[in-house]
Amino acid sequence: MDRIVRVFAAVALCIALAACGGGASEESAAPKTAAPAAPATNPVDPATASTITGTITLQGTPPPNPPINMASDPYCMKLGAATTPTFIVSEGGLENVFVYVKDGLGTLKFPVPSQPVVLDQKGCSYTPRVFGIQVGQSLDIVNSDETLHNIHALPMANREFNRGQALQGMKYTTTFTTPEVMLPFKCDVHKWMNAWVGVLEHPFHAVSGKAGAFSLAGLPPGTYTIEAWHEKLGAQTQQVTIGPKESKQISFVFKV
Amino acid sequence: MRHLFAALVAVATGALIFAGGLVTSTESGLSVPDWPNTYGYFMFFFPIDKMVGGIFFEHTHRLIASTVGFLILVQAAWLWRSEPRRWVRRLGYVALAAVITQGILGGITVLWYLPDPISIAHASLAQIVFCLTMTIALVTSSGWTRAYVQRSGRQTPSPDDLMLQRVAAVTTGLIYLQIVIGATMRHTGAGLAIPDFPLMFGQLIPPHWDAKIAIHFAHRVGALIVTLAILATTGHVLYHHRTRKELLRPSLLLLVLLTAQITLGALTVLSQKQFVINSLHVVTGASVLVTSLVLTLRAHRARFAADGPHVSADAEASDLPTPLDRRRADPSGSAAFRRAGDHA
Repeated sequence: MDRIVRVFAAVALCIALAACGGGASEESAAPKTAAPAAPATNPVDPATASTITGTITLQGTPPPNPPINMASDPYCMKLGAATTPTFIVSEGGLENVFVYVKDGLGTLKFPVPSQPVVLDQKGCSYTPRVFGIQVGQSLDIVNSDETLHNIHALPMANREFNRGQALQGMKYTTTFTTPEVMLPFKCDVHKWMNAWVGVLEHPFHAVSGKAGAFSLAGLPPGTYTIEAWHEKLGAQTQQVTIGPKESKQISFVFKV
Repeated sequence: MRHLFAALVAVATGALIFAGGLVTSTESGLSVPDWPNTYGYFMFFFPIDKMVGGIFFEHTHRLIASTVGFLILVQAAWLWRSEPRRWVRRLGYVALAAVITQGILGGITVLWYLPDPISIAHASLAQIVFCLTMTIALVTSSGWTRAYVQRSGRQTPSPDDLMLQRVAAVTTGLIYLQIVIGATMRHTGAGLAIPDFPLMFGQLIPPHWDAKIAIHFAHRVGALIVTLAILATTGHVLYHHRTRKELLRPSLLLLVLLTAQITLGALTVLSQKQFVINSLHVVTGASVLVTSLVLTLRAHRARFAADGPHVSADAEASDLPTPLDRRRADPSGSAAFRRAGDHA
């Protein structure tokens, strides 16, 4: 009858060993590269710097943003009804689209801004929902709510993290080491909370605002691939050539 | 009394599996980022009013797991103190080691952000813990120690039925394998890889394949194989051992659970993984496994000759020494006590 004991023990041991083996490989998959050293000064000559401006428009009628059921947290519930802000359309323009220079800057290196980017957990949602940051730039994640949040980053190229913020006013500061567009965040406590960050090696990024407008200022003359990314509608790219001190207008049209 | 406690432990383990199913089904596994603490609080001091959203499921799972761990610890100590059969005492120790390992796996899977191999192992080991607690509950029952001989003495233990022993053991193994495939499907996000039921993309065989569809397909094929195996086992019992209640009852229960399990599996897909249905599918699968295990062990009962019927369920009624008795009799441990229970 000891055989029964041995069978149970052997199966349990096999499972534990298999699990530990798998876990090690997962852990080793995490990137360990350090951020490259950034120069102290901007390599772009202000006398020749150019600007790309534009709009994001939406063709067609977007589906209504689904209502959020916040019943699982009384604090969030009392904040009132809310919808998932997937499609924010104002004056025909689409907001919350991340626009950035995907290619064309060559080997230029840019200084890392000393000002941190702030991601706030406020009203049981992320503010901003879509944003950009530079490699090595500080990201301050704060909890302005009187409830608990966990901030869970789900990168492909950077290091994953999951931090709990149990109290109002808590702050967690981090940086990213590798360019990655887009890197999602979620709160596992409140399933409806999602945010995305575009991590770049340069400062030429923007998020479309009112009327879908955006601006990429301070670019050196050249030919660029500009990409516009939307959380639901995917990404579009355009080639743009600008000369010294030129201001060029482009537009992206997303269809639903 | 020991059997009642063992039964309580087994039921608590089943409840724990349901709670674990809820964590996965609501995708709350990482809603508490730290372990063993909860948001910096000592686990048992975490305020109830902060158990919101996904924290409710994850933290409740941890509390139930701690309780089950404690119960299994008490059970192991109890068996060590009073159980005359060495192999049963050892089952208690293995259950304790398994539940500790299970707790560590649960912690690691949180700290490592739910890597699939760890999460699958956590789900698979949970079934082993359930099997262990159920086995202990079974072998400490009076029915087992009487070898299912009725007190009136009318029924005599049936001789070994090799065919039943084999088919029941294979069925139990197949059910466990099916549960492991199911755990793989859950933790790799393949639960809706085939979105329709009973057909697959409107056909009998999926028209296109990827890893997730393959895992999901394997689970459906597994369900078919397990169904046939259970029908073979229960059919054998109904045909050959209709009068043996200790075999008939788990067989009938197995058929009921199988029907419920297939229904829940279908509803899981059709409801787009509604979390309660999904979790019930998990715990019903575990119930199918332990019911089949009970049937298998009872089919093998005749092999446990040394367990009785002369060995009573309570050690107090037994004249066989327990480890504690031996230590009291011989503190130096030099005497070589040998007894029937140690060789069972």
